[in-house]
Amino acid sequence: MSPVCNDPVALGLWHPLAAVEDIQPFTEQRTRLLGQAIRYSKNHENDITVLDGDRRLPVTLAYGYVWTCLGTPAAALFDLPEYAEPDRRNVCAATVGVRVSAPRAVENFLDMGHFPFVHTGILGVEPHTEVREYRVDLDEQRDEILATECIFYQPQAAAGASGGIMADYIYRVPHPYCSVLYKSCPTDESRLDVIALFLQPVDEENVRAHALVSVIDTQSSDLDIRLFQQTIFGQDKPILENQLPKRLPLDPRAETPIRADKAAIVYRRWLRAKGLQYGVIPAAA
Amino acid sequence: MIDLEAARYLWHPIAASSDLVPRHVFHAQILGREMALWRADDDNVNAWENRCLHRGVRLSIGINDGTELLCQYHGWRYANRTAGCTYIPAHPADAPARTICNNTYPAVEHYGLIWSGDSPEGPLPLLSTVDTSFVTPLRAVTINAASQQILLPLIQGYTLQLSDTGDGSLRYGADTPDAFTIILRATDTSSDRAIPAPDIAFFLQPVDAARTTIRGILCGMDEHNTDPQALNDLLRFHNRLLCNIRDRLEKAMADEPAPTPWIPIIPTVSENQASMPAINEDGRSASLRVRVASIESLSPSVKSFRFEPLSDLPEAQLPASQPGAHIDVHLPNGLVRQYSLINGPGQTDHYAIAVKLSLPSTGGSQALHEHLREGDLLATSAPRNNFTLRRDAEHTHLVAGGIGLTPLLAMARALHHMGRPYTLHHFVSQESELFFQDELQTLSGSYHAHIGLNPSQTAVRLADILASPAEHQHLYLCGPAPMLQCARTTAADLNWQDHTVHFEYFANPEERDDSSSFDVDLARSGLTLNVPAGQSLLAVLREHGVTLPSSCEQGACGTCRVAVLQGTPDHQDVYLSDAEKARGDCLMSCVSRARSNKLTLDL
Ligand code: FES
Ligand SMILES: [Fe+2]
Repeated sequence: MSPVCNDPVALGLWHPLAAVEDIQPFTEQRTRLLGQAIRYSKNHENDITVLDGDRRLPVTLAYGYVWTCLGTPAAALFDLPEYAEPDRRNVCAATVGVRVSAPRAVENFLDMGHFPFVHTGILGVEPHTEVREYRVDLDEQRDEILATECIFYQPQAAAGASGGIMADYIYRVPHPYCSVLYKSCPTDESRLDVIALFLQPVDEENVRAHALVSVIDTQSSDLDIRLFQQTIFGQDKPILENQLPKRLPLDPRAETPIRADKAAIVYRRWLRAKGLQYGVIPAAA
Repeated sequence: MIDLEAARYLWHPIAASSDLVPRHVFHAQILGREMALWRADDDNVNAWENRCLHRGVRLSIGINDGTELLCQYHGWRYANRTAGCTYIPAHPADAPARTICNNTYPAVEHYGLIWSGDSPEGPLPLLSTVDTSFVTPLRAVTINAASQQILLPLIQGYTLQLSDTGDGSLRYGADTPDAFTIILRATDTSSDRAIPAPDIAFFLQPVDAARTTIRGILCGMDEHNTDPQALNDLLRFHNRLLCNIRDRLEKAMADEPAPTPWIPIIPTVSENQASMPAINEDGRSASLRVRVASIESLSPSVKSFRFEPLSDLPEAQLPASQPGAHIDVHLPNGLVRQYSLINGPGQTDHYAIAVKLSLPSTGGSQALHEHLREGDLLATSAPRNNFTLRRDAEHTHLVAGGIGLTPLLAMARALHHMGRPYTLHHFVSQESELFFQDELQTLSGSYHAHIGLNPSQTAVRLADILASPAEHQHLYLCGPAPMLQCARTTAADLNWQDHTVHFEYFANPEERDDSSSFDVDLARSGLTLNVPAGQSLLAVLREHGVTLPSSCEQGACGTCRVAVLQGTPDHQDVYLSDAEKARGDCLMSCVSRARSNKLTLDL
């Protein structure tokens, strides 16, 4: 069994457990969070209870998922206003177990450079491998990272897309283990599709990756959207599971960043500043 | 307990030679350390840290393309032998800093096995008492036990347990020259054995704290003169015996606690690799020593030279190069000349250049052609690349004049190797000046020789070749100045975008004017210096301890480029394109001066 978490930062965060729609009433489900075995269930009033032993944990229902916190929540869950827009399709598209730390999975999500090699023919294709200069800012007030002006050549950017485009991306990292991406919507130029990655840190080196897809798309079925997202996750999984070490090293000399990794460089710095310990290898002081 | 510290300095077997089949990457482990093992097409065996320097992905899931190992995650390419990174697809216009180099471990092939280790010193285990003129590796068997727990059960299994197998006539005598080696010599009491009983050597490979792989070899048995059925039976017999030993041992040890794991130390990357690369090289450095291994005539006026490192030692290894790179060659007569490397991908055991004898020579080509002999020693710089090949084009056009083929040849080889479409045009004044034709014809790109055209015919032909610029196409030009000038003008007239036209001059054909005097502010070091008439900016910087790399020192190669923060440079170089010159945000410190009174430089 993995040791129980004693990182106050990770203990004070909201963590996703499961898609609300996937929870069967009256059947208790088990899962693990930060190394701790917990249970959750739904009663006939559709109330959701999360238990750590006999202790009732706080619950938030947001963005299609159940969230809980093992300690005392340090802040409310981040905002994702697009979720409430009436014409959007919100699909809880995937929950996939991956043997990797949550921060490694966040970096993968922020990373355009791997598209032609890992998501070949879908999110990228050789020879179009260039990652152009983009902006990364730390929004001090909202305490989140924002990467903008990201452009990448994509042969098929979404389930509803056909043909290659230069896709525009914006990334947010509003939570150490969550990231949201906005990209050009293939069916409506004025809007942005949203894909959010919510990582449940099962323990330091294992996650369940939950995806929310929120798109302007009247064509694709829920199944199409799920299959698309699960294909993408399925391609990332074997790569992530072969990253060494599994926890994210915060020592700048552990790995070799390039300009394309600007977002990851800022992310690692941000985690260091927060003093986050869980799922990372802290830099020697 | 095994002495882990001592074991780090020993050679250990980590794979069978037959595990390294062509284009495969084998995952090996020794003393807890994972290695990616792969054989290049030139038969060189690479034993590397199993971790991409970029984001730590295992290289054992990478792709061995015969000359380079590609990481699966972002497609970084690492060269055979040196493990130097040769290409970073996310930044196709940049040459990777040559210090990006993966950790490598020594690897040798012997007794049908691959041997490596953490920092092995001294000889391989010596098998003096058995005949190793022929060796037949047994199937490797991995046991969940530390090597010292296996030694005795293995010997006992062979000396005592044999009777269980019903073959009472065979006996083995054991000998253990070191803690990881067991030699079993067979004594056979029956006169007519159906199955031969050769001597056996076992090597225990300490995989990690809890596992050991037994690698056995049968000694002195010529497989080709052994009945195949008997050989088959023999191999099965040993495999069964070893599995039996494994099963008994694992059962006996089932309740033992797991040992403390061995955590290998993975070296961190250097300071300058951990951040954005900075300028830190000194002047025209001749950091490498090479031997002239061979000289070949390619045409009446062109010779190729092959330079090899002075020894096989890792310290002597030549840094990997990329297509378009050049080296400074320090000639015996004191001159320094730049030559493009023509090496193809993965050709990392030498540097190859091709040089045209130009008469009257200013001393470079003549010194190489007439005075250099095989076996001579030379000093060269490490490769520098200011003429980077983008490999993200949908089609690449390579246009060479005469000896200007050299950098484009290296590019053609790389594009061919990656399966990227390209067209190569070679302009020469007579047929005898063509070289590397045979190879160019076998490469995948289309190859066109244009022979004996005068300047106006050349211009017409170039207009033809460059007629239809398209998106995602790039043009690379190298040749004599008049042809280059013509090709650039033609491309511009035909609406090739400035950033898609790349060129390299042999030398700066323009007259330089150094009669002006001006001041420079160095923004980072806070110095203000005066550059007097008759002296170059580069020379003044060096006098004041500001070291900058340089190579041609005449404004042709781009090595001494410096960023300009304020002021208007007077460029005088042929490296920058017109658009880059108009932007005025950088200059070549060897020839550029100032149009304004003062320049502020990012130094
Ligand atoms: S991790 Fe190997 S190329 Fe990025
Ligand atoms: Fe991905």
